[in-house]
Amino acid sequence: MSSTPHIAARAAPAAWTVLPRNVGPVVAGLGLALVLNFCVQPMSGAFATKVLLDIGINIILAVSLTLVNGFTGQFSIGHAGFMALGGYVGAAVMYYGSVQLYGGAQFHGGILSWTVSQGAFAGPTFGTGDVLFLVACVAAGLVAAVAGYIVGLPSLRLRGDYLAIVTLGFGEIVRVILQSSRPQLETAAEVAQASWPRLLTQLGGALGFTTPLFYTTLFWVYLFVAITLVVTYRIKRSSYGRAFLSIREDEVAAEAMGVSTTRFKVRAFVLAAFFAGVAGALYAHSIGGINAGELGFQKSFDVVIMVVLGGMGSISGSTVAAIILTILPEALRTVTAWVNQYLPAAYALPDLRMIIYSLALILMMILRPQGLFGLHEIWDLRPWRRRRAKATGGK
Amino acid sequence: MALLEIRGLHVHYGAIHALQGIDLAVEKGQIVTLIGANGAGKSTTLRTISGLLRPSAGTLTFDGQSLTGKGPHQIVRLGVAHAPEGRGLFANFTVEENLEIGAYARKDHAGIARDREWALTLFPRLRERLRQSAATLSGGEQQMLAIARALLARPRLLLLDEPSLGLAPQVVQTIFQIVREINAAGTTILLVEQNARMALQTAHYGYVLEVGRIAQHAPAAVLAESDEVRRAYLGVG
Ligand SMILES: Nc1ncnc2c1ncn2[C@@H]1O[C@H](COP(=O)(O)OP(=O)(O)OP(=O)(O)O)[C@@H](O)[C@H]1O
Ligand SMILES: [Mg+2]
Repeated sequence: MSSTPHIAARAAPAAWTVLPRNVGPVVAGLGLALVLNFCVQPMSGAFATKVLLDIGINIILAVSLTLVNGFTGQFSIGHAGFMALGGYVGAAVMYYGSVQLYGGAQFHGGILSWTVSQGAFAGPTFGTGDVLFLVACVAAGLVAAVAGYIVGLPSLRLRGDYLAIVTLGFGEIVRVILQSSRPQLETAAEVAQASWPRLLTQLGGALGFTTPLFYTTLFWVYLFVAITLVVTYRIKRSSYGRAFLSIREDEVAAEAMGVSTTRFKVRAFVLAAFFAGVAGALYAHSIGGINAGELGFQKSFDVVIMVVLGGMGSISGSTVAAIILTILPEALRTVTAWVNQYLPAAYALPDLRMIIYSLALILMMILRPQGLFGLHEIWDLRPWRRRRAKATGGK
Repeated sequence: MALLEIRGLHVHYGAIHALQGIDLAVEKGQIVTLIGANGAGKSTTLRTISGLLRPSAGTLTFDGQSLTGKGPHQIVRLGVAHAPEGRGLFANFTVEENLEIGAYARKDHAGIARDREWALTLFPRLRERLRQSAATLSGGEQQMLAIARALLARPRLLLLDEPSLGLAPQVVQTIFQIVREINAAGTTILLVEQNARMALQTAHYGYVLEVGRIAQHAPAAVLAESDEVRRAYLGVG
């Protein structure tokens, strides 16, 4: 009998490997985050560090949206709404928390939260601020996840375009609510008097929430990148995760197999919202504040484009797409400047980079309509893998 | 009492009254076939049994339990598996992954492994193609996979919707042979077919559905001899 042992092994890995299989990659990610933080960051300068931070945050956004738009085949275009929500919650927890704990919004973090470009670090290796920052990030994720649940439960019975419109509406509602919140409290006395529920309504309104607390470092960003990647990849490759993917493949058949499709769609939505919320908190503390006005549907579309370009379901694909689409506009800045220096001032094209960017997107979608790697992962496409698949498939 | 009993079943698609009061029983251990012209409501009946459609009136009882108000994921767990019309395979999944999700509602790993072996013994071609994606299978192989996947749910009642659709005569023979084998192994089967001749040869009992109503029912051998059936569905007389 031609029973293939490697398949059986893949179908049911031994139970004891659960821990190494899940913790191993996170530890590897932790290592990478530390290397980026302590080896790459000091050499790269402030601008490159900023780009690396943006890349990481966009990876978290794109990969988490892959859970919804890629795995379960829904079409959400409100991801920036969850990011904004998380950003505000994270910034408020961090800022008001610092004021309450330390009497003012001063940096109390350790070396992991220190941005090198701000000068040499003097202080303890770990600070209580680190813990507060972690709490702020998780709180941001949790609030976004709850919002995801509230939006998801009624709307995920909708399909296709209808769901897209609901998520778009959600993103806009979040933006408007945040922009009409009450002014940010400035003095320690005011903050001390206010209760936490009240503090969470004092989010700065149309001016946005500003914070002097730049806790976001390459370490934190890439730690969460690693967690996001590991969680989504484990989901994709587990039999539990196959339930998500089956919805995209054929929702009715998935139901017939016993998959409770609504429940899984909500789960994907909640998980994606959680990571988007964390990304929002990281974003707020990398640029010193957050303004919902900048996180409208334009930002949601940016993330959707990353997912589509990545292949609508490929984790490595949306990761690579996030990297390319973060670097490209920055690189095109240089190109624009270079072209414009040869043009007479009257004919200068200040927006040339956005034109080239859009053309590049169109070109990429024409050349690879299925996205970078289709539904596959980059390592599934290695030529030797393909040969082996052929060899076993044809025997 | 029969394994599946349907009484006075009405199903609507919006304004379309697709099933207009159906009574049907499937005895345990049998193959029961449901034949009828295009649009008669055969697939609708199966979809209602597996919970994909909600009836507007009538009762469905499986093994003494009412199916009313239960969703498809609950009905699978009671022991009803549906191999839908058009196969409903997960095209980007491999054969292996399709089989795996067929057993989604089960937790008994040893039993799943045994049923997987059994299904692959019934359909040896699938064993050779475990790592191929379902989309790359031939039509016949896809049908085999759809049946094999349904078997992995270890159903007590297997609903098969037109397993012979679009297949070459030889493959049809194979599929029906396997349907008999599955039944011989103890699975009750409700078989929907256009190919009335094959269906009536294979089944123990048969129902004829005409635009939403049961026109006749009798042991399959009797139906195959009935004048109306011979004229309308077997193309003779
Ligand atoms: N989703 C739907 N929406 C509206 N009407 C439907 C739907 N599905 C089926 N119908 C209608 O219900 C009736 C019964 O359809 P059903 O699919 O059950 O027929 P069938 O007996 O399986 O036919 P076939 O042999 O062609 O598969 C048909 O008139 C069909 O047009
Ligand atoms: Mg049909």
